[in-house]
Amino acid sequence: MKADTGLETSRKVQIDYWQSVSGFLTNNMVTIMFVALSMAGLYISGMNSTLYINDIISRVSRNSFLVLSLIIPVIAGMGLNFSIVLGAMAAQAAVIFVTHWGVAGFPGILLCVALATPMAMALGYLTGKLFNKTKGQEMISGLIMGFFFAGIYWFIFLQLVGGIIPMDNEVLVLSSGVGIRTTVDLTGGLKYGLDHLYRLPLTTVMIIAGCLGIAYQVYRFVKAAGDSFRNIRFIFGFACMVAVIVWALMIRASGSMVSNIRVPVATWLAIAGLCLFITFFLKTKLGHDMRTVGQDRHVAAVAGIPVDRIRIIAIMMSMVLASWGHIIFLQNMGAFSTYGSHESIGIYAVAAILIGGASVTRATIGQALLGVFLFHTLFIVAPSAGRQLFGDAQVGEYFRVFVAFGVIGVTLAMHAWKRRLQSKLPAVAKAEKE
Amino acid sequence: MNIIRNAVHGFGVARLTILGFFLLLCIMAVPLKLDVAELISSSLVRILMWGVLVLAMWPSISCGTGPNFGLSLGIICGLLGGIIAMELELNGFVNLFASIAFAAPFAILVGWGYGWLLNRVKGAEMMLAMFVGWSAVSLMKIGWLMLPFHNPEMAWPQGRGLRVTVSLVNRDMAQLLNQFLSFKLGNIIVPTGLLLFFLVCCLAVWLFMRSKTGVAMTAAGDNPRFAEAAGINVDRHRIIGTILSTVLGAVGILVYAQSFGFYQLYEGPMYMPQQAVAAILIGGASIRKASLANVIIGVILFQGILVVAMPVFNIFTQDMASMAEISRVIIQNGIILYALTQVRGE
Repeated sequence: MKADTGLETSRKVQIDYWQSVSGFLTNNMVTIMFVALSMAGLYISGMNSTLYINDIISRVSRNSFLVLSLIIPVIAGMGLNFSIVLGAMAAQAAVIFVTHWGVAGFPGILLCVALATPMAMALGYLTGKLFNKTKGQEMISGLIMGFFFAGIYWFIFLQLVGGIIPMDNEVLVLSSGVGIRTTVDLTGGLKYGLDHLYRLPLTTVMIIAGCLGIAYQVYRFVKAAGDSFRNIRFIFGFACMVAVIVWALMIRASGSMVSNIRVPVATWLAIAGLCLFITFFLKTKLGHDMRTVGQDRHVAAVAGIPVDRIRIIAIMMSMVLASWGHIIFLQNMGAFSTYGSHESIGIYAVAAILIGGASVTRATIGQALLGVFLFHTLFIVAPSAGRQLFGDAQVGEYFRVFVAFGVIGVTLAMHAWKRRLQSKLPAVAKAEKE
Repeated sequence: MNIIRNAVHGFGVARLTILGFFLLLCIMAVPLKLDVAELISSSLVRILMWGVLVLAMWPSISCGTGPNFGLSLGIICGLLGGIIAMELELNGFVNLFASIAFAAPFAILVGWGYGWLLNRVKGAEMMLAMFVGWSAVSLMKIGWLMLPFHNPEMAWPQGRGLRVTVSLVNRDMAQLLNQFLSFKLGNIIVPTGLLLFFLVCCLAVWLFMRSKTGVAMTAAGDNPRFAEAAGINVDRHRIIGTILSTVLGAVGILVYAQSFGFYQLYEGPMYMPQQAVAAILIGGASIRKASLANVIIGVILFQGILVVAMPVFNIFTQDMASMAEISRVIIQNGIILYALTQVRGE
């Protein structure tokens, strides 16, 4: 490096910079497209900003945990874990029983977690066993496993509860005495059990976050001595954080409705805790082993890593996290459809993480959170954008479902196509040598 | 003893369980004094109405793309053909054959594109097929809402868009094939038209599979590398198989709908492919191999169970409809999972 003149270095930096920009654009096509789509939808729908912010905060806080639960299996090389639906069913079972016993509020949530965790672990173990028998086809196996287990779940809660499993509860059980009603209402029970534990106004949270952000920027500035981008990064980051604080103060001063919006701090702390957990977990021995298994099963096996066991652990962790995530989801919704709430969980969570820029083999915390934000922005604005454009809100609702399926289809196709090209290239090279 | 073990191994534990369940249901039906003739009659209708849809799985498995989880594409083409024929206010057999004629070009075009896509994602066809099917269903929901059809039998009187279910009764289409030349054998009603239609379809596909193209297609699906070495264009034959499967899906839904008496638009085609996939797998097909026998045995077993299960469950539970649905979901997805665990060497 020392031999380089200043001019050469700067040109090199420039080339690197352009390459990284074009690489960024091609690698993040899906995300960039969705930013544009969401912005356009937001603009067309002409939605009230207070309503939108309120809605996006509650959607992000109820869905993030679920989407984050997808990361670990991706790292273990098992693709997008559609079987989190089973974790969601475990959560629903726990919520039904806790509601029956009448335990409300935060203690009720803790009891749900205590009940759902062993169920989710057992289901995760079974699913992991299945995935070890269907290596290479984990995603479709997970999807079908979700449908299969839904049958068993229906059987338990429609035919056994009230009959073989005693449950004497007029509110929950159908009038015939057997089977749970189609909707379970959590009002007065678990509803907002976590969300309302501790809430702060949005503007306060923004100011606190801004201050923490400035502290982090300073820390990074000091730590990254010698990095040529240090100054630019610092100024940019610092300016952003100051802008957040100023914006928050302006909202407060203007007395707009936005300053009445409150944030479920306890839920956000749970999500932040999960992010930290995943970050630290991936640095442990087990986390490293998982990465190795994800990169190449055969290499991992040769290196003495118990591949099958690691894969089962990955699925069990994902399943337990998903069940907790679904408890957070349900307490925020306040009511759920007994035989349908779990169905769309897997597909919407997967669509969200893919929109954030994840792929079948790579997923990060940032992608998960960005994806939740973008996907749910689209979810909020699609109906009113549909009404503005086509005179029919239904069009927007159908469109957002199409987007969920479509983005998964496109990502899977691109992944399979890329993998095929990669596996073809060495074969061609070999053939030419021979 | 060895023979039995081999038979069990070859047929598979899951299939034996399902066969045992079917036999158990049949045995239980006798002391319960259920109307056997009635059961057989309604089984026949259910079996034949699903027949062509299950038949559509045969070419798709044989050509190497795996069970066609994206059959909803064909189903949507069929429904589109049917809706066009309704818009022209055609009646009876003219309507049925016009529907097939209108649906076929769509199905061929869509099948070609779908086959092209499947050639690009070899090894992950099933997963992709599932999401292509679902995307198409949700995209067509917008289509059913926006397409310019005006026949008051199908369109909502106010606003726009087609109804969720379109009745075929007024066009002399409901049970058209079922009642054609139908006769009573003892107390059993034989739906001759439906039976003939299914047999003709089976014969046509069977003949195609015997033809030069069909044999080449099976070879391409069986062992792509070997087929390539023998000078067979594997990708082209996979596309042919997919087109055939899509066209059969389109014809199949029209047969299904005339027996059912309604076209089910919007959400209707969403989960139908899985049911057809499960049927052929129950009949002994694998993800890689299928035959006409698999189609026929599978559809008889699967639909037979569903028909017989209903009245038998009635004794154990007040809620028999949901119990029948539950057993369908468990059997259907259980057999697909079982078949997935049998895929080796990927």
